[in-house]
Amino acid sequence: MVADYATAILSAGSTTLLVALLSLLVATLLGLAAAFAKLSASALLRSIAGMYTFVVRGIPDLVVMLLVFYSLPALLNQWADALGWDIRIEFSPLVAGIATLGVIFGAYMTETFKTALQNIPRGQVEAAIAYGLTRRRMFTHIMLPQLVRLALPGFTNNWLVLAKGTALVSLIGLQDVMFRAKGAAEATAMPFTFYLIAAGFYLALTVVSMLLLTLVARRFDVGVRKVSS
Amino acid sequence: MNWDVIAENLPRYLEGAKLTLILTFASLGISFFLAIPLAFLRNSENAVLRYAVMAYTLVFRGTPLLVQLFLIYFGLAQFGMVRESVLWPWLSSPMVCVIAAFVLNTTAYSTEIFAGGLRHVPVGEIEAARAYGMSSLVQARRILIPAMLTRSLPLYGNEMIMMLHATSLASTVTLLEVTGVARNITLNYYIQFEPYVTAAAIYLTLTFVLVSAFQLVQKRWAGYLESRIG
Repeated sequence: MVADYATAILSAGSTTLLVALLSLLVATLLGLAAAFAKLSASALLRSIAGMYTFVVRGIPDLVVMLLVFYSLPALLNQWADALGWDIRIEFSPLVAGIATLGVIFGAYMTETFKTALQNIPRGQVEAAIAYGLTRRRMFTHIMLPQLVRLALPGFTNNWLVLAKGTALVSLIGLQDVMFRAKGAAEATAMPFTFYLIAAGFYLALTVVSMLLLTLVARRFDVGVRKVSS
Repeated sequence: MNWDVIAENLPRYLEGAKLTLILTFASLGISFFLAIPLAFLRNSENAVLRYAVMAYTLVFRGTPLLVQLFLIYFGLAQFGMVRESVLWPWLSSPMVCVIAAFVLNTTAYSTEIFAGGLRHVPVGEIEAARAYGMSSLVQARRILIPAMLTRSLPLYGNEMIMMLHATSLASTVTLLEVTGVARNITLNYYIQFEPYVTAAAIYLTLTFVLVSAFQLVQKRWAGYLESRIG
Protein backbone atom coordinates (compact mmCIF):
# COMPACT_ATOMS: atom_id res chain seq x y z
CA MET A 1 0.00 0.00 0.00
CA VAL A 2 2.78 2.36 0.94
CA ALA A 3 4.53 1.52 -2.34
CA ASP A 4 1.38 2.29 -4.38
CA TYR A 5 0.94 5.68 -2.78
CA ALA A 6 4.66 6.38 -3.09
CA THR A 7 4.52 5.63 -6.83
CA ALA A 8 1.50 7.91 -7.19
CA ILE A 9 3.34 10.71 -5.39
CA LEU A 10 6.57 10.36 -7.36
CA SER A 11 4.81 10.02 -10.70
CA ALA A 12 3.35 13.47 -10.06
CA GLY A 13 6.97 14.62 -10.23
CA SER A 14 6.41 15.17 -13.96
CA THR A 15 3.71 17.74 -13.15
CA THR A 16 5.99 19.48 -10.65
CA LEU A 17 8.82 19.54 -13.21
CA LEU A 18 6.51 20.80 -15.96
CA VAL A 19 5.28 23.65 -13.77
CA ALA A 20 8.83 24.45 -12.66
CA LEU A 21 10.36 24.47 -16.16
CA LEU A 22 7.56 26.44 -17.82
CA SER A 23 7.62 28.96 -14.97
CA LEU A 24 11.37 29.24 -15.39
CA LEU A 25 10.88 30.02 -19.08
CA VAL A 26 8.29 32.72 -18.32
CA ALA A 27 10.47 34.11 -15.53
CA THR A 28 13.58 34.24 -17.72
CA LEU A 29 11.79 36.08 -20.54
CA LEU A 30 10.08 38.50 -18.16
CA GLY A 31 13.33 39.00 -16.26
CA LEU A 32 15.30 39.80 -19.42
CA ALA A 33 12.65 42.23 -20.64
CA ALA A 34 12.38 43.96 -17.29
CA ALA A 35 16.17 44.10 -16.85
CA PHE A 36 16.54 45.90 -20.19
CA ALA A 37 13.62 48.14 -19.24
CA LYS A 38 15.33 49.04 -15.95
CA LEU A 39 18.51 50.00 -17.82
CA SER A 40 16.72 51.77 -20.66
CA ALA A 41 16.87 55.48 -21.38
CA SER A 42 13.08 55.79 -21.18
CA ALA A 43 11.91 56.96 -17.76
CA LEU A 44 8.50 55.39 -18.34
CA LEU A 45 9.94 51.90 -18.98
CA ARG A 46 12.27 52.29 -16.00
CA SER A 47 9.44 53.16 -13.63
CA ILE A 48 7.16 50.38 -14.93
CA ALA A 49 9.90 47.80 -14.38
CA GLY A 50 10.74 49.30 -10.99
CA MET A 51 7.09 49.17 -9.94
CA TYR A 52 6.85 45.52 -11.09
CA THR A 53 9.82 44.29 -9.06
CA PHE A 54 8.90 46.38 -6.01
CA VAL A 55 5.32 45.13 -5.84
CA VAL A 56 6.00 41.47 -6.64
CA ARG A 57 8.94 41.15 -4.27
CA GLY A 58 6.96 42.85 -1.52
CA ILE A 59 4.13 40.29 -1.44
CA PRO A 60 4.36 36.63 -0.29
CA ASP A 61 4.30 34.02 -3.09
CA LEU A 62 1.17 32.44 -1.65
CA VAL A 63 -0.71 35.75 -1.71
CA VAL A 64 0.36 36.43 -5.32
CA MET A 65 -0.92 32.97 -6.20
CA LEU A 66 -4.28 33.58 -4.51
CA LEU A 67 -4.49 36.96 -6.26
CA VAL A 68 -3.89 35.39 -9.68
CA PHE A 69 -6.12 32.37 -9.14
CA TYR A 70 -9.07 33.95 -7.27
CA SER A 71 -8.91 37.75 -7.40
CA LEU A 72 -7.98 38.33 -11.03
CA PRO A 73 -10.82 36.24 -12.52
CA ALA A 74 -13.23 37.82 -10.01
CA LEU A 75 -12.19 41.28 -11.18
CA LEU A 76 -12.44 40.33 -14.86
CA ASN A 77 -15.88 38.85 -14.30
CA GLN A 78 -17.05 42.00 -12.52
CA TRP A 79 -15.93 44.03 -15.52
CA ALA A 80 -17.59 41.59 -17.92
CA ASP A 81 -20.84 41.88 -15.94
CA ALA A 82 -20.61 45.67 -15.98
CA LEU A 83 -20.23 45.58 -19.73
CA GLY A 84 -23.19 43.23 -20.00
CA TRP A 85 -21.12 40.36 -21.43
CA ASP A 86 -22.31 36.89 -20.64
CA ILE A 87 -19.01 35.12 -19.97
CA ARG A 88 -17.38 33.55 -16.93
CA ILE A 89 -13.62 33.69 -16.76
CA GLU A 90 -11.82 31.01 -14.77
CA PHE A 91 -8.17 29.99 -14.78
CA SER A 92 -6.99 26.40 -14.66
CA PRO A 93 -4.68 25.72 -11.72
CA LEU A 94 -1.90 24.82 -14.18
CA VAL A 95 -2.06 28.14 -16.04
CA ALA A 96 -2.51 30.14 -12.83
CA GLY A 97 0.39 28.30 -11.20
CA ILE A 98 2.78 28.84 -14.09
CA ALA A 99 1.72 32.47 -14.53
CA THR A 100 2.16 33.16 -10.82
CA LEU A 101 5.56 31.54 -10.44
CA GLY A 102 6.68 33.09 -13.73
CA VAL A 103 5.66 36.58 -12.61
CA ILE A 104 7.20 36.19 -9.13
CA PHE A 105 10.51 34.77 -10.24
CA GLY A 106 10.59 37.13 -13.23
CA ALA A 107 11.03 39.87 -10.64
CA TYR A 108 13.94 38.06 -9.00
CA MET A 109 15.47 37.29 -12.41
CA THR A 110 15.20 40.99 -13.29
CA GLU A 111 17.60 41.88 -10.49
CA THR A 112 19.95 39.03 -11.44
CA PHE A 113 20.04 39.98 -15.12
CA LYS A 114 20.28 43.70 -14.40
CA THR A 115 23.38 43.23 -12.25
CA ALA A 116 24.89 40.87 -14.83
CA LEU A 117 24.24 43.34 -17.67
CA GLN A 118 25.85 46.10 -15.65
CA ASN A 119 28.91 43.92 -15.13
CA ILE A 120 29.57 43.42 -18.84
CA PRO A 121 32.59 45.65 -19.53
CA ARG A 122 31.51 48.88 -21.18
CA GLY A 123 34.41 48.72 -23.67
CA GLN A 124 33.06 45.54 -25.22
CA VAL A 125 29.71 47.13 -25.97
CA GLU A 126 31.46 50.18 -27.38
CA ALA A 127 33.70 47.93 -29.52
CA ALA A 128 30.62 46.15 -30.85
CA ILE A 129 29.07 49.49 -31.78
CA ALA A 130 32.33 50.56 -33.40
CA TYR A 131 32.31 47.36 -35.47
CA GLY A 132 28.90 48.34 -36.71
CA LEU A 133 27.09 45.33 -35.26
CA THR A 134 23.31 45.65 -35.31
CA ARG A 135 21.63 45.77 -31.92
CA ARG A 136 20.44 42.22 -32.37
CA ARG A 137 23.87 40.83 -33.22
CA MET A 138 25.40 42.80 -30.40
CA PHE A 139 22.96 41.10 -28.03
CA THR A 140 23.38 37.55 -29.37
CA HIS A 141 27.14 37.64 -30.02
CA ILE A 142 28.58 39.93 -27.36
CA MET A 143 26.17 40.34 -24.46
CA LEU A 144 24.35 37.00 -24.25
CA PRO A 145 27.41 34.72 -23.84
CA GLN A 146 28.70 36.87 -21.00
CA LEU A 147 25.25 37.34 -19.53
CA VAL A 148 24.98 33.57 -19.13
CA ARG A 149 28.23 33.40 -17.20
CA LEU A 150 27.63 36.47 -15.06
CA ALA A 151 24.01 35.68 -14.28
CA LEU A 152 24.47 31.97 -13.65
CA PRO A 153 25.02 32.06 -9.86
CA GLY A 154 21.91 34.19 -9.33
CA PHE A 155 19.98 32.19 -11.90
CA THR A 156 20.88 28.93 -10.12
CA ASN A 157 19.72 30.35 -6.82
CA ASN A 158 16.42 31.56 -8.30
CA TRP A 159 15.83 28.17 -9.89
CA LEU A 160 16.39 26.36 -6.59
CA VAL A 161 13.90 28.64 -4.83
CA LEU A 162 11.43 28.30 -7.74
CA ALA A 163 11.63 24.49 -7.75
CA LYS A 164 10.62 24.44 -4.09
CA GLY A 165 8.08 27.21 -4.66
CA THR A 166 6.10 24.92 -6.97
CA ALA A 167 4.82 23.11 -3.85
CA LEU A 168 2.43 26.06 -3.44
CA VAL A 169 0.46 25.12 -6.57
CA SER A 170 -0.93 22.16 -4.60
CA LEU A 171 -2.88 24.73 -2.56
CA ILE A 172 -4.87 25.80 -5.64
CA GLY A 173 -5.63 22.20 -6.55
CA LEU A 174 -2.97 21.24 -9.06
CA GLN A 175 -2.04 17.57 -8.74
CA ASP A 176 1.68 17.91 -8.11
CA VAL A 177 3.93 15.96 -5.74
CA MET A 178 2.73 17.89 -2.71
CA PHE A 179 -0.97 17.47 -3.62
CA ARG A 180 -0.60 13.71 -4.00
CA ALA A 181 1.35 13.51 -0.74
CA LYS A 182 -1.48 15.33 1.02
CA GLY A 183 -3.98 12.94 -0.55
CA ALA A 184 -2.00 9.91 0.59
CA ALA A 185 -1.52 11.40 4.05
CA GLU A 186 -5.25 11.94 4.45
CA ALA A 187 -6.26 8.55 3.04
CA THR A 188 -3.92 6.59 5.31
CA ALA A 189 -2.88 7.22 8.89
CA MET A 190 0.69 7.82 7.79
CA PRO A 191 1.12 11.52 7.05
CA PHE A 192 4.75 11.58 8.17
CA THR A 193 5.78 8.81 5.76
CA PHE A 194 4.20 10.44 2.73
CA TYR A 195 5.27 14.01 3.42
CA LEU A 196 8.76 12.61 3.95
CA ILE A 197 8.63 10.99 0.49
CA ALA A 198 7.60 14.36 -0.97
CA ALA A 199 10.45 16.04 0.92
CA GLY A 200 12.84 13.45 -0.54
CA PHE A 201 11.65 14.29 -4.04
CA TYR A 202 12.29 18.02 -3.59
CA LEU A 203 15.66 17.37 -1.96
CA ALA A 204 16.71 15.15 -4.88
CA LEU A 205 15.56 17.83 -7.34
CA THR A 206 17.63 20.43 -5.46
CA VAL A 207 20.77 18.29 -5.31
CA VAL A 208 20.59 17.21 -8.96
CA SER A 209 20.00 20.83 -10.06
CA MET A 210 22.97 22.01 -8.01
CA LEU A 211 25.26 19.41 -9.56
CA LEU A 212 24.09 20.07 -13.13
CA LEU A 213 24.35 23.83 -12.83
CA THR A 214 27.85 23.54 -11.34
CA LEU A 215 28.87 21.69 -14.51
CA VAL A 216 27.28 24.40 -16.66
CA ALA A 217 29.09 27.08 -14.65
CA ARG A 218 32.39 25.28 -15.18
CA ARG A 219 31.72 25.16 -18.94
CA PHE A 220 31.03 28.89 -19.12
CA ASP A 221 33.94 29.84 -16.90
CA VAL A 222 36.44 28.31 -19.32
CA GLY A 223 38.63 31.12 -20.56
CA VAL A 224 38.17 33.38 -17.55
CA ARG A 225 41.54 34.26 -16.15
CA LYS A 226 41.88 33.31 -12.49
CA VAL A 227 44.15 35.07 -10.04
CA SER A 228 47.20 32.81 -9.85
CA SER A 229 47.94 31.70 -6.33
CA MET B 1 -16.93 46.62 -5.44
CA ASN B 2 -17.26 45.65 -1.80
CA TRP B 3 -14.76 47.82 -0.03
CA ASP B 4 -17.23 48.44 2.80
CA VAL B 5 -16.76 44.77 3.75
CA ILE B 6 -13.05 45.40 4.09
CA ALA B 7 -13.64 48.58 6.12
CA GLU B 8 -15.93 46.62 8.42
CA ASN B 9 -13.30 43.91 8.87
CA LEU B 10 -10.28 46.15 9.34
CA PRO B 11 -9.95 45.17 13.02
CA ARG B 12 -9.57 41.55 11.92
CA TYR B 13 -6.82 42.51 9.50
CA LEU B 14 -5.14 44.41 12.33
CA GLU B 15 -5.22 41.30 14.52
CA GLY B 16 -3.87 39.33 11.56
CA ALA B 17 -1.02 41.79 11.03
CA LYS B 18 -0.17 41.48 14.73
CA LEU B 19 0.04 37.70 14.45
CA THR B 20 2.10 37.97 11.23
CA LEU B 21 4.62 40.18 13.02
CA ILE B 22 4.66 37.94 16.11
CA LEU B 23 5.35 34.85 13.97
CA THR B 24 8.05 36.68 12.01
CA PHE B 25 9.93 38.08 14.96
CA ALA B 26 9.50 35.07 17.24
CA SER B 27 10.96 32.79 14.54
CA LEU B 28 13.76 35.21 13.69
CA GLY B 29 14.53 35.88 17.34
CA ILE B 30 14.85 32.22 18.31
CA SER B 31 16.74 31.27 15.15
CA PHE B 32 19.22 34.13 15.62
CA PHE B 33 20.58 32.57 18.81
CA LEU B 34 20.66 29.08 17.30
CA ALA B 35 22.35 30.16 14.08
CA ILE B 36 25.35 31.87 15.71
CA PRO B 37 26.82 28.73 17.36
CA LEU B 38 25.81 26.65 14.32
CA ALA B 39 27.74 29.03 12.05
CA PHE B 40 30.86 28.35 14.13
CA LEU B 41 30.26 24.59 13.93
CA ARG B 42 29.71 24.93 10.17
CA ASN B 43 33.29 26.26 9.93
CA SER B 44 34.66 23.92 12.61
CA GLU B 45 37.88 22.00 12.09
CA ASN B 46 36.10 18.86 13.23
CA ALA B 47 34.82 17.28 10.01
CA VAL B 48 31.98 15.40 11.73
CA LEU B 49 30.52 18.59 13.21
CA ARG B 50 31.04 20.46 9.96
CA TYR B 51 29.26 17.86 7.86
CA ALA B 52 26.47 17.38 10.40
CA VAL B 53 25.60 21.08 10.25
CA MET B 54 25.98 21.05 6.46
CA ALA B 55 23.56 18.12 6.18
CA TYR B 56 21.05 19.98 8.35
CA THR B 57 21.21 23.16 6.25
CA LEU B 58 21.07 21.18 3.00
CA VAL B 59 17.92 19.30 4.03
CA PHE B 60 16.08 22.36 5.33
CA ARG B 61 17.15 24.62 2.47
CA GLY B 62 16.56 21.90 -0.12
CA THR B 63 12.92 21.13 0.69
CA PRO B 64 9.87 23.42 0.59
CA LEU B 65 8.87 25.07 3.86
CA LEU B 66 5.32 23.91 3.19
CA VAL B 67 6.47 20.26 3.34
CA GLN B 68 8.40 20.90 6.55
CA LEU B 69 5.38 22.55 8.12
CA PHE B 70 3.07 19.67 7.13
CA LEU B 71 5.60 17.10 8.34
CA ILE B 72 5.54 18.68 11.78
CA TYR B 73 1.86 19.66 12.05
CA PHE B 74 0.20 16.65 10.37
CA GLY B 75 3.10 14.19 10.35
CA LEU B 76 4.03 13.90 14.01
CA ALA B 77 0.56 12.54 14.89
CA GLN B 78 1.50 9.33 13.03
CA PHE B 79 3.61 8.21 15.97
CA GLY B 80 1.82 6.87 19.05
CA MET B 81 4.83 7.73 21.12
CA VAL B 82 4.42 11.42 20.26
CA ARG B 83 0.64 11.38 20.78
CA GLU B 84 1.01 9.89 24.24
CA SER B 85 3.92 12.03 25.36
CA VAL B 86 3.53 14.92 27.79
CA LEU B 87 4.50 17.29 24.99
CA TRP B 88 1.45 16.43 22.87
CA PRO B 89 -0.72 19.38 23.99
CA TRP B 90 2.03 21.63 22.63
CA LEU B 91 2.87 19.56 19.57
CA SER B 92 -0.75 19.48 18.45
CA SER B 93 -1.12 23.25 18.60
CA PRO B 94 -0.77 24.95 15.21
CA MET B 95 1.05 27.91 16.76
CA VAL B 96 3.82 25.75 18.23
CA CYS B 97 4.17 23.69 15.03
CA VAL B 98 4.31 26.78 12.84
CA ILE B 99 7.00 28.41 14.96
CA ALA B 100 8.96 25.14 15.16
CA ALA B 101 8.88 24.74 11.36
CA PHE B 102 9.77 28.41 10.77
CA VAL B 103 12.62 28.30 13.28
CA LEU B 104 14.10 25.10 11.81
CA ASN B 105 13.85 26.57 8.31
CA THR B 106 15.15 30.07 8.91
CA THR B 107 17.93 28.79 11.20
CA ALA B 108 19.26 26.74 8.27
CA TYR B 109 19.38 29.83 6.04
CA SER B 110 20.77 32.11 8.77
CA THR B 111 23.47 29.57 9.65
CA GLU B 112 24.73 29.57 6.07
CA ILE B 113 24.59 33.38 5.91
CA PHE B 114 26.50 33.78 9.18
CA ALA B 115 28.99 31.02 8.28
CA GLY B 116 29.70 32.86 5.02
CA GLY B 117 30.22 36.09 6.97
CA LEU B 118 32.56 34.30 9.36
CA ARG B 119 34.70 33.04 6.49
CA HIS B 120 35.14 36.64 5.33
CA VAL B 121 36.44 38.05 8.59
CA PRO B 122 39.94 39.33 7.69
CA VAL B 123 42.68 37.05 9.01
CA GLY B 124 44.52 40.09 10.39
CA GLU B 125 41.69 40.83 12.82
CA ILE B 126 41.84 37.30 14.19
CA GLU B 127 45.62 37.36 14.44
CA ALA B 128 45.48 40.69 16.24
CA ALA B 129 42.98 39.24 18.74
CA ARG B 130 45.33 36.33 19.35
CA ALA B 131 48.31 38.63 19.74
CA TYR B 132 46.38 40.47 22.45
CA GLY B 133 46.12 37.17 24.30
CA MET B 134 42.32 36.87 24.03
CA SER B 135 40.91 33.45 24.88
CA SER B 136 38.83 31.88 22.11
CA LEU B 137 35.63 32.79 23.97
CA VAL B 138 36.65 36.43 24.26
CA GLN B 139 37.80 36.36 20.63
CA ALA B 140 34.40 35.10 19.55
CA ARG B 141 32.47 37.58 21.68
CA ARG B 142 34.51 40.71 20.94
CA ILE B 143 35.85 40.13 17.44
CA LEU B 144 34.39 37.26 15.46
CA ILE B 145 30.67 37.54 16.23
CA PRO B 146 30.41 41.31 15.68
CA ALA B 147 32.50 41.11 12.49
CA MET B 148 30.49 38.12 11.25
CA LEU B 149 27.15 39.80 11.92
CA THR B 150 28.01 43.12 10.27
CA ARG B 151 29.26 41.30 7.18
CA SER B 152 26.08 39.22 7.08
CA LEU B 153 23.72 42.20 7.34
CA PRO B 154 22.67 42.61 3.67
CA LEU B 155 21.87 38.90 3.24
CA TYR B 156 20.27 38.68 6.66
CA GLY B 157 17.99 41.56 5.70
CA ASN B 158 16.77 39.50 2.74
CA GLU B 159 16.21 36.54 5.01
CA MET B 160 14.05 38.68 7.31
CA ILE B 161 11.84 39.66 4.38
CA MET B 162 11.66 36.01 3.27
CA MET B 163 10.56 35.08 6.78
CA LEU B 164 7.91 37.81 6.84
CA HIS B 165 6.52 36.43 3.57
CA ALA B 166 6.84 32.81 4.66
CA THR B 167 4.47 33.46 7.58
CA SER B 168 1.65 33.49 5.01
CA LEU B 169 1.98 29.67 4.99
CA ALA B 170 0.69 29.62 8.57
CA SER B 171 -2.75 30.19 7.06
CA THR B 172 -2.64 26.62 5.67
CA VAL B 173 -2.73 25.21 9.22
CA THR B 174 -5.65 27.37 10.41
CA LEU B 175 -3.74 30.31 11.90
CA LEU B 176 -5.41 33.66 11.31
CA GLU B 177 -2.52 35.86 10.27
CA VAL B 178 -3.04 38.34 7.41
CA THR B 179 -3.49 35.68 4.70
CA GLY B 180 -5.70 33.55 6.95
CA VAL B 181 -7.93 36.54 7.70
CA ALA B 182 -8.19 37.35 3.98
CA ARG B 183 -9.09 33.74 3.22
CA ASN B 184 -11.79 33.72 5.91
CA ILE B 185 -13.33 36.90 4.58
CA THR B 186 -13.48 35.49 1.05
CA LEU B 187 -15.31 32.46 2.43
CA ASN B 188 -17.69 34.46 4.66
CA TYR B 189 -18.72 37.08 2.11
CA TYR B 190 -18.25 35.24 -1.21
CA ILE B 191 -15.99 37.95 -2.58
CA GLN B 192 -12.65 37.06 -4.10
CA PHE B 193 -11.05 40.32 -5.09
CA GLU B 194 -10.93 42.82 -2.24
CA PRO B 195 -9.76 40.58 0.65
CA TYR B 196 -6.58 39.36 -1.09
CA VAL B 197 -5.76 42.79 -2.51
CA THR B 198 -6.00 44.19 1.03
CA ALA B 199 -3.72 41.42 2.32
CA ALA B 200 -1.22 42.17 -0.46
CA ALA B 201 -1.27 45.88 0.44
CA ILE B 202 -0.59 45.04 4.10
CA TYR B 203 2.38 42.82 3.21
CA LEU B 204 3.71 45.44 0.83
CA THR B 205 3.56 48.06 3.58
CA LEU B 206 5.20 45.77 6.15
CA THR B 207 7.95 44.86 3.67
CA PHE B 208 8.58 48.51 2.86
CA VAL B 209 8.80 49.49 6.54
CA LEU B 210 11.09 46.56 7.33
CA VAL B 211 13.40 47.26 4.39
CA SER B 212 13.64 50.96 5.29
CA ALA B 213 14.36 50.18 8.95
CA PHE B 214 16.97 47.67 7.92
CA GLN B 215 18.74 50.18 5.70
CA LEU B 216 19.12 52.47 8.72
CA VAL B 217 20.49 49.60 10.80
CA GLN B 218 22.94 48.72 8.06
CA LYS B 219 24.16 52.30 7.76
CA ARG B 220 24.62 52.45 11.54
CA TRP B 221 26.45 49.15 12.07
CA ALA B 222 27.97 48.20 8.73
CA GLY B 223 28.59 51.69 7.36
CA TYR B 224 32.30 51.35 8.06
CA LEU B 225 32.54 48.48 5.56
CA GLU B 226 31.31 50.61 2.66
CA SER B 227 34.55 52.54 2.20
CA ARG B 228 36.54 49.30 2.13
CA ILE B 229 34.38 47.67 -0.53
CA GLY B 230 34.49 50.71 -2.85
